[in-house]
Amino acid sequence: MTTSAEKIDIQSLLQTMANDVHQLLADKNPLIIGIHSGGAWIAEALTDILDPTFFDAPLGTLNIAYYRDDFTRIGMHPQVTPSDLPFSIDDRHLLLVDDVLHSGRTVRAALNEIFDYGRPASVTLAVLIERNGHELPIHADIIGQSISLEANQHIKLTNHTDLQLEITTNGANE
Amino acid sequence: MTNNQLTENGHLRHFLTIEGLKRPLLTEIMDRAEQFSSISHQQVKKVPLLRGKTIVNLFFENSTRTRTTFELAAKRLSADVMNLNISTSATSKGESLLDTLHNLEAMHCDMFVVRHNQSGAAEFIAQHVAPHVSVINAGDGCHAHPTQAMLDMFTIRRHKQHFPDLRVAIIGDILHSRVARSQIQALATLGVGEIRVIGPKTLLPSDCRTLGVHVYHDMEAGLKDVDVIITLRLQHERMEGALLPSAREYFHCYGLTEDKLSIANPDAIVMHPGPINRGVEIASTVADGSQSVILEQVTHGIAVRMAVMSMALGSQSEVETHA
Repeated sequence: MTTSAEKIDIQSLLQTMANDVHQLLADKNPLIIGIHSGGAWIAEALTDILDPTFFDAPLGTLNIAYYRDDFTRIGMHPQVTPSDLPFSIDDRHLLLVDDVLHSGRTVRAALNEIFDYGRPASVTLAVLIERNGHELPIHADIIGQSISLEANQHIKLTNHTDLQLEITTNGANE
Repeated sequence: MTNNQLTENGHLRHFLTIEGLKRPLLTEIMDRAEQFSSISHQQVKKVPLLRGKTIVNLFFENSTRTRTTFELAAKRLSADVMNLNISTSATSKGESLLDTLHNLEAMHCDMFVVRHNQSGAAEFIAQHVAPHVSVINAGDGCHAHPTQAMLDMFTIRRHKQHFPDLRVAIIGDILHSRVARSQIQALATLGVGEIRVIGPKTLLPSDCRTLGVHVYHDMEAGLKDVDVIITLRLQHERMEGALLPSAREYFHCYGLTEDKLSIANPDAIVMHPGPINRGVEIASTVADGSQSVILEQVTHGIAVRMAVMSMALGSQSEVETHA
């Protein structure tokens, strides 16, 4: 069953997030990294809203497939687009972007991967949607909107060019 | 007949031979290798994918390149690696191969990478291991060397992209070469336009043509219009075994020199699985020349082995679910 998520005005959330990013990082010459794939779309949208020179380098993308904690349970991810960080992150202030913060496991994996590329000065986490169900002590610094969903409901971005959110409900035993 | 290298869902469980594998799987191995090669550019050249897995390199036959690239591949995936040099271990004290294996299983190892001078050794081991163990063939007798073939295909794809447009020539001792056998199977599966083998009659298998390859005994004819040249190592024992008169004569007829290389297409690449006998199957100037991709093959061996190892260990979740 699919519930409509049309009530969420993504464009105005992005605008609010961009303002927060500006406020937190304007004097820090930051770099932006989006988590593949939804996070990269949001990161791209944020860079479009902010001044073109706000970030010091083109958008980096992170694919956390090799850093997941469920390899022994579900095996290889079908397709992995390699991570691409076209800059050195050492001593830099990073804005890490994802579409949805749920359990916190993706962000945990992303932080691990980031530290395999170097030692940033700081990492600020921005998410479009923050939902209930955290399983780790990970919280976002910049949040588009917080929502509350049932445990068997999932929310995700479904479209790159025309950003849309979709809430799906799994079977009762999930 | 189901292929015993694959799970019920068609995923790689063991990697024993190219034979019987379909093109999408070979393409998947190359695609994954492509993804893994980016890891070498990280500051920490390592991902935690196989953390907590134990991989045993079981080498019953000497090898430097293959063993070290398998070891490096496993380490880049964060697996723990043990290298067992069998000639100095239990089997020399009279323990049977299966007893050695069962002992290693009892230590909860997850993967055996096997090199053996007997054809079929890796498959034999795969038939006898516990369901949670994967076996990778790192070369068995004259039979197969599938990861070498796949790193060669990956190298060709990096330079030439479209397999159906290619003419590939393999030069040398095809008869005794597990590398050539696996290469021919992989090239055929990937739909390479024309596969040629070039060598003296004594070193070509009699059933060569049934493998779908064109046979040449003459370098000039064989190298014409070729895009990829694969030279093979000439084993010294072939000369002692009266199959060849001498290394010098072999070099004269079948050694890849600059003159002979110029017969092939100008952008042809030169490959060799190593170790090279300079001045026997290949001239130094060619091995070190601008068309040589021999050292790239070594680099690619790491990414391809990472791909195969992670695919085989990734499918263990299916095996465990069905157990």
